[in-house]
Amino acid sequence: MKLLDSVTQAAVSKAQAIVPMPMQIQAAEMVYNAKKIVGIYDKSSEIVETPIPDVASVALEDIDVSNPFMFRQGQWIPYFKRLRDEAPVHYQKDSLFGPFWSITRYEDIVYVDKHHDLFSAEPFIIIGKLPDELAIEMFIAMDPPKHDVQRQAVQGVVAPKNLKEMEGLIRARTQDVLDNLPLDKPFDWVETVSIELTARMLATLLDFPYEERHKLVEWSDAAGGGRETTGGENSTEELFDVAKEFSREFGKLWHQKKARLDAGEEPGFDLITLLQQNEDTKDLVNRPMEFIGNLVLLIVGGNDTTRNSMTGGVLALNQFPDEFKKLKADPSLIPNMVSEIIRWQTPLAYMRRVAKQDVELNGQTIKKGDKLVMWYASGNRDERKIEKPDDFIIDRKSARNHLSFGFGVHRCMGNRLAELQLRILWEELLERFDDIKVVEDPEHVQSNFVKGYSKMMVQLSAKK
Amino acid sequence: MGKITFVEHDGTEHSVAFDAGESLMQLALDNGVPGIDADCGGECACGTCHVILEGNTGGTGQANDEELQMLDLTPEREDSSRLACQITLSDDMDGMVARLPEFQM
Ligand code: HEM
Ligand code: FES
Repeated sequence: MKLLDSVTQAAVSKAQAIVPMPMQIQAAEMVYNAKKIVGIYDKSSEIVETPIPDVASVALEDIDVSNPFMFRQGQWIPYFKRLRDEAPVHYQKDSLFGPFWSITRYEDIVYVDKHHDLFSAEPFIIIGKLPDELAIEMFIAMDPPKHDVQRQAVQGVVAPKNLKEMEGLIRARTQDVLDNLPLDKPFDWVETVSIELTARMLATLLDFPYEERHKLVEWSDAAGGGRETTGGENSTEELFDVAKEFSREFGKLWHQKKARLDAGEEPGFDLITLLQQNEDTKDLVNRPMEFIGNLVLLIVGGNDTTRNSMTGGVLALNQFPDEFKKLKADPSLIPNMVSEIIRWQTPLAYMRRVAKQDVELNGQTIKKGDKLVMWYASGNRDERKIEKPDDFIIDRKSARNHLSFGFGVHRCMGNRLAELQLRILWEELLERFDDIKVVEDPEHVQSNFVKGYSKMMVQLSAKK
Repeated sequence: MGKITFVEHDGTEHSVAFDAGESLMQLALDNGVPGIDADCGGECACGTCHVILEGNTGGTGQANDEELQMLDLTPEREDSSRLACQITLSDDMDGMVARLPEFQM
């Protein structure tokens, strides 16, 4: 069996090396469609939003925090509080995404995140599943030792040397965006500031054609917004379309960069150049699922998360106006506030694991093969660990002790970059504006994974 | 009782007295030594208490697998890199030097 596997594997690798990437994805899509016709996959239908009932009226065992409207309806706060108090390790037996355990207390989450020997990140870190045909390989969803090798190949892209090179560029681009914002009239902060700044950043990180940077945002949103994966609005068919376009564009970029490098051009500090210069990854383009996986990981990892922190910070300061006063009186609080924003927002609500053996956790027995969801969004509001956890306090002590970046071998690779971007944003905002007023309730993304905003109207007043 | 010297990346030195039994990470935090973040609070799960040890390292022992794996994630890793939260101070570490990396990861 093992031998057969490795023979098939070799044949597949060989085939992958010969067949162009978009065609491989097309082939995968045909298999998917065929299986769908014979009923192997469900014909998925849209998820309809209904009001979520008051948590006190729901039986404990019926609580289902995978509902993708929890955040939009603001129900996540009382729901998770009840789970933390009454069932910190909670089993939901038949959600839309199958049965799963919820881990909701801070300490338990650290335990699970740390123990990759007991809890596997494979094959996915989202609650639902992707069809096998779209199972792209990313190291966020791999266990050691494979994870370690792959991460080490790319983590140089966010190493200190690179961040220092990037800081000036990030600041210049931030200044440019802020200098062009309208004063004294409402505009959408998400579109004009948060999306724009993160798209510029990603284009730099990947050395992607600058004028086409909006494509990165579209792809990332599509990849993160799948119906079967996170309860989002995109169908699986759309994911195949995106995968095809994505692999076409990045395949092209790879070959162009390779040609420039071969012609003697000075290597850049972007991700693709890095991959091309590493012995383990220099032929990555021939392993499409892994190639796409690595790029998608950086694009999705660096997109929604920072974007929603940029929006969440403004919202938090509007809900806690005294903190805004504190900030203006003492801008040296910015770095601490950045950590507090990332905790308060918790841009990614969870990571998922699968038990590798039977494990006892806080009185419950989790069986080998069971899915577990580590709800960072809940742990970051755990009153056992954090004082007044629902309050936004910019000079909070130990603000860095939050779960938003995860812990253990998968700890966020882009954490320093994200903090850098947010710090620069707030430094430049305070230079220019006296107030950033949220003038309408923000619109929330439909997802159980991405905790974020699709629209937030604000109005600026200039600094006097 | 003994003394540990922390050296920031820019060369600034902080010489602090310690009592046996506390962790090297806690010592840095309690004495306001900048450059140790300790995001996970000593769980060996964040890697932001990275130090490079020199001098009298006799009693520090070897990093276990868990610690080595976290150290692998830092681009500034050196041969004598350790996570400060995993080192319990003892009298035989008197005079030890803990250099700080340029960035914690
Ligand atoms: C505020 C912003 C961000 C948040 C809240 C965030 C959150 C996270 C979380 C929760 C994880 C998984 C941790 C775990 O499983 O224990 C993660 C992993 C990761 N993030 Fe971030 N992230 C952010 C920004 C970024 C940026 C800007 C990048 C890209 C440069 C990035 C790239 C990655 C990568 C590559 C991984 C996988 C690491 C691994 O599996 O070893 N993230 N992030
Ligand atoms: S404090 Fe997190 S690893 Fe030492």
